[in-house]
Amino acid sequence: MLPAPFEYSAPETMDEALDLLDALGDESKVLAGGQSLIPLLKLRFASPAHLVDVNRVAELDFLDEHDGVLRIGPLFRHKAAERSGMLASKYAVIAEAARQVADPIVRNRGTVGGSLAHADPAGDWGSVMLALDAEFVLRSKRGSRTIRARDFFSGPFSSALKSNELLVEIRVPAADGRKGGSYLKLERKVGDFATVAVAVHLQMDDGKVKSAGIGLTAVGPQNLKADRAEAALKGRALDDATIKEAAALAAAAAEPKADNRGSVDYKRNVVRVFTERGLRRARERAQGGA
Amino acid sequence: MATETPLKGFIGESIKRKEDDRFIQGKGNYVDDIVLPGMLHMSILRSPFAHARIKSIKADAAQAVPGVVAVVTGDLLAQHKLAWMPTLSGDTQAVLATDKVRFQGQEVACVIATDPYVARDAAQLIEVDYDVLPAVVDPYQALEPGAPLVRDEKEGQSSNHIYHWEAGDKAKTEQAFARAERVVSLETFYPRCHPSPVETCGIVADISPVTGNATIYMTSQAPHAHRTLFAIVAGLPEEKIRILSPDIGGGFGNKVPIYPGYVVATAASLLLGKPVKWVEDRSENLISTGFARDYHMKGELAVTNDGRMLGLRVKMLSDNGAFYADAQPSKFRAGLFHIVTGSYDIPAAHVETDGAYTNKAPGGVAYRCSFRVTEASYLIERLVETAAIDLKMDPAELRSKNFIRPEQFPYTSATGFDYDSGQYEKALRLALEKAGYDELRKEQAEKRKRGELMGIGLASFTEVVGAGPGKHFDIAGLRMFDSAELRVHPTGKAILKLGVKSQGQGHETTFAQIVTEELGIPAVDVMVQEGDTDNTPYGLGTYASRSTPVGGAATAMVSRKLRDKAKKIAAHLLEASEADIDFDHGKFFVQGAPSKSKTIQEIAFAAYTNLPDGMEAGLEGVTYYDPPNFTYPFGTYLVVVDIDRGTGQAKVRRMIAVDDCGVRINPMIVEGQIHGGLAEGFGIAFMQLITFDEEGNCLGSNFTDYLLPTSWETPNFETYETVTPSPHHPIGAKGIGESATVGSPAAFVNAVIDAVAHLGIKNIDMPVTSDKIWSALHEVGAAE
Amino acid sequence: MGRSISLTVNGEMVTADVEPRLLLVHFIRERLRLTGTHIGCDTSHCGACIVLLDGVPVKSCAVLAVQADGRQLTSVEALAAGGKLHPIQAAFKQEHGLQCGFCTPGMMMSSFALLADNPDPDEEEIRWALSGNICRCTGYVNIVKAVRAASAQMKLSAAVPIPVGAGS
Repeated sequence: MLPAPFEYSAPETMDEALDLLDALGDESKVLAGGQSLIPLLKLRFASPAHLVDVNRVAELDFLDEHDGVLRIGPLFRHKAAERSGMLASKYAVIAEAARQVADPIVRNRGTVGGSLAHADPAGDWGSVMLALDAEFVLRSKRGSRTIRARDFFSGPFSSALKSNELLVEIRVPAADGRKGGSYLKLERKVGDFATVAVAVHLQMDDGKVKSAGIGLTAVGPQNLKADRAEAALKGRALDDATIKEAAALAAAAAEPKADNRGSVDYKRNVVRVFTERGLRRARERAQGGA
Repeated sequence: MATETPLKGFIGESIKRKEDDRFIQGKGNYVDDIVLPGMLHMSILRSPFAHARIKSIKADAAQAVPGVVAVVTGDLLAQHKLAWMPTLSGDTQAVLATDKVRFQGQEVACVIATDPYVARDAAQLIEVDYDVLPAVVDPYQALEPGAPLVRDEKEGQSSNHIYHWEAGDKAKTEQAFARAERVVSLETFYPRCHPSPVETCGIVADISPVTGNATIYMTSQAPHAHRTLFAIVAGLPEEKIRILSPDIGGGFGNKVPIYPGYVVATAASLLLGKPVKWVEDRSENLISTGFARDYHMKGELAVTNDGRMLGLRVKMLSDNGAFYADAQPSKFRAGLFHIVTGSYDIPAAHVETDGAYTNKAPGGVAYRCSFRVTEASYLIERLVETAAIDLKMDPAELRSKNFIRPEQFPYTSATGFDYDSGQYEKALRLALEKAGYDELRKEQAEKRKRGELMGIGLASFTEVVGAGPGKHFDIAGLRMFDSAELRVHPTGKAILKLGVKSQGQGHETTFAQIVTEELGIPAVDVMVQEGDTDNTPYGLGTYASRSTPVGGAATAMVSRKLRDKAKKIAAHLLEASEADIDFDHGKFFVQGAPSKSKTIQEIAFAAYTNLPDGMEAGLEGVTYYDPPNFTYPFGTYLVVVDIDRGTGQAKVRRMIAVDDCGVRINPMIVEGQIHGGLAEGFGIAFMQLITFDEEGNCLGSNFTDYLLPTSWETPNFETYETVTPSPHHPIGAKGIGESATVGSPAAFVNAVIDAVAHLGIKNIDMPVTSDKIWSALHEVGAAE
Repeated sequence: MGRSISLTVNGEMVTADVEPRLLLVHFIRERLRLTGTHIGCDTSHCGACIVLLDGVPVKSCAVLAVQADGRQLTSVEALAAGGKLHPIQAAFKQEHGLQCGFCTPGMMMSSFALLADNPDPDEEEIRWALSGNICRCTGYVNIVKAVRAASAQMKLSAAVPIPVGAGS
């Protein structure tokens, strides 16, 4: 399997990259970690005329938390997310998802932003960002805009990102107080896409849920946010009955399709089971955490 | 690592492998590593449809791409009578489609270019006008009247039926069923899977326009047989064909057949006068080269209420795809499937099988399997589990009650196999003991009370390997013997040349050790050569666990030939009578005077320098070994699983494997073979599946969809042995390459079923995926 | 179409003209003729092509050759230094952690990166770290043993030469 020919540019600054994207329009495709794109090029499922490789744009690779915002650069690699002590202690959902993306070698190269921009409904990061209620900063030569994760995904492999735009920053409301999270993923083997995965991010206050985020992977045309389940949790003590209620609502929010990985009923059930288990795990972490 | 005491390599010594030094330094030499001057690259255009008539093929645009040297179509091949080729089962297979395509991925045209990227670009520019036809993907539907006819080009072929074949005694079996107190039945499907060695198939064909010599580097498990088939198929003079099978990155049966790509690359080299390389990509490997299994089986066991087996009846339908290309002995349409009575003393058995054409890839290769013994072993071991459930008996006890007992060997089975030796009860007991079976059953009972699901699965398999004997077994007419040629050089070092061909099994070490045992030359001094048809004696190759049973026997026999001559030379050197010379561990000595001795090295030197009068110089010989019988390795596997009722995931907690492959030449290598076989059995049981949608699109066309277990999913294996030598093999060895893949799938599935049988679930077909387990639990109201 | 790239390959500077679409694995195998790096799939699942790029293991079938411009590339051929096998190589042989040898270079490169990062991994950590590599022959049991053995050996010999660019 060998890619078709393409032109290639490797800008070193964000401005250079944006200039290129602006000039090339639909002809171009951004190459970040390449762990989805390059196999697609090899299979010739994608044949862009021009690749804009952003791997040398150092200003796109960062992670910091200040002024109540966790900022993640789009070029932040899965492996870095897996290894970050700060993420592990404060954003368990990120750390736990990170170590389950693809396989350990692919994680060395694949990026959080690339994965989000790829908008695969079976991608892991979309659900994580939905659970965290993240915002994405999209920039073009003409300006920048901020969009909520829930408004970003618009279907299988499609998003609000325009061909002249670059996803330049992921913003997550900083977690404080008692917080916990989890990412439970059912995959048939390491390196497989999720059959189902559920992202949970909880903030507790005085024994009650201050906020809850639940994102669903691979059970709809895009990553889904289980709004009703989240709403059902807000302000309530996280007892077993509440957890079960939220899990049922999350399952109802899922829109799975039957395929080689399982039936509709099966996938919906796993959403329910994982939401329950994920909430319990997040609750434990929130109780244990600072 | 502790430093080891140097071992010579006698039988039973786990010396380190001689082949490893090059592999660990990245210096293996695989087909894709071969580059010849002026070499061209081939890319194949394949059919996107499972069934379609070809109206036209336009290649002008492809031909015009700079760097393209030629475009080969079926019409061009037809001019050279190469558009079709024979299969290993006496059918025909299209090399490049001329009339219609019969499976998705079928070879339609080839581009030969100076660069592989260019060849690929150009292949995309070939325009094929297809008239899409309805496809048939289910073998039962294929046999219905009015089903789309797959092989309309075959004279006299008016349906998709390929063959009907029977084994055993039908009347006697019917009688057994008539007097049975109970009939246990199981309908199960052993799905299509694919061997998928990490190296795909490939060739570099180099035919000299000047000499006509054809040097063909290819991923071949059977280079000699392939040379003969090339001579027949391509009409090349056999003396001018040299097949070189270099290092092979795993075979598992995938590299036994001759594939269209080999034929086109060879034809292209012949026509263009330049070397042509074709190396499959993974998708090509999965969608077009030899699949395995795809057997729909219905088994019935006649038993008494106290669990005595009286008779076995099996009906099967084999899905052979578009061309009947099973790689198996030609007189046996379902291979050795009739070994289906397994380890049990079942007085009557009858097997009936039919084959059907469908619009799927051809194959039917023996994937880590001795010709359909895997399907047979799976069926009987699953059937015994079903019987245990029906009879409410412990599955170990039921097995034990029906085993062929040690004193019954040699044992003739109801379908005509002559089992050489076995101690089935001993292997079973060892597995139970190592597992702590009684404790596990207690734990299971306690867990069940808490609603937790845990299962213990057993399989006590018997394999049949090491084909011939040649009078009954042949591949495409070639008798299934094998060969060894041994030359001892004057300095006492040796070269051993074999007709078999390693694909990772460690032949360079194991076969050297047989020479060590028989002649006393240290294994390190014995170079083993394989895979070069000009420089090794004719043999049928490595598959069906036949290398040690047949090639190993040939090695022992040729070593003994040389030993006989060495004795004569020793007698001459020691001035003793030949009858007074004894041999032990490389030393020839005068009986009663062990200090009067000569080493094999001294004798080798004398063979070239100081011979008795009238003796031919040299110390070399060749043996073609036709085995008197198969060998019958066996064992018991025990698997413990825990099942998550919420997700249906089955987690293998333990896997205990007791194998008896007779005498173990290199125990380290034997154990490695078992580990690998178990992992493949695990993969087949839980994830490896090639399936198709209704239109015949292959849904397992790359590793995203065709799942192979990694180190993370694969359980740890606890391995143990019993040793029951084969009485007819020169060193008592039985062969071990495949036992674990043959025996383990049933143990894995039985474990899952054992966990859920009390809920009324008696069968889940492979692969036993989490969604299938959950759905079965859900149906009986037992899922979380 | 061609672009000039310069990179350090196993300690030596290399400059070449490449088409942008050329995969790094083909550059390594066909242009540099370092054939220890293998190709086993199309979808970056098998790991037979793993090399180190600036010390980090990557699947070279999912990286373009142009992306290696200015980087340090280490392939299996660099593991043995000064004619002496690396402890990982020795351990793979000692523990029978290979059979056909095709996945072995990739396995060893993954193992190398694991041990650089975690000098004393337990079985679970090893199985996790190697789960981007597929082996069809060994059933992984002896590969795990080999990595354990290499770990023990590397702890004993303090100064194991480390190929260029290591340490992620």
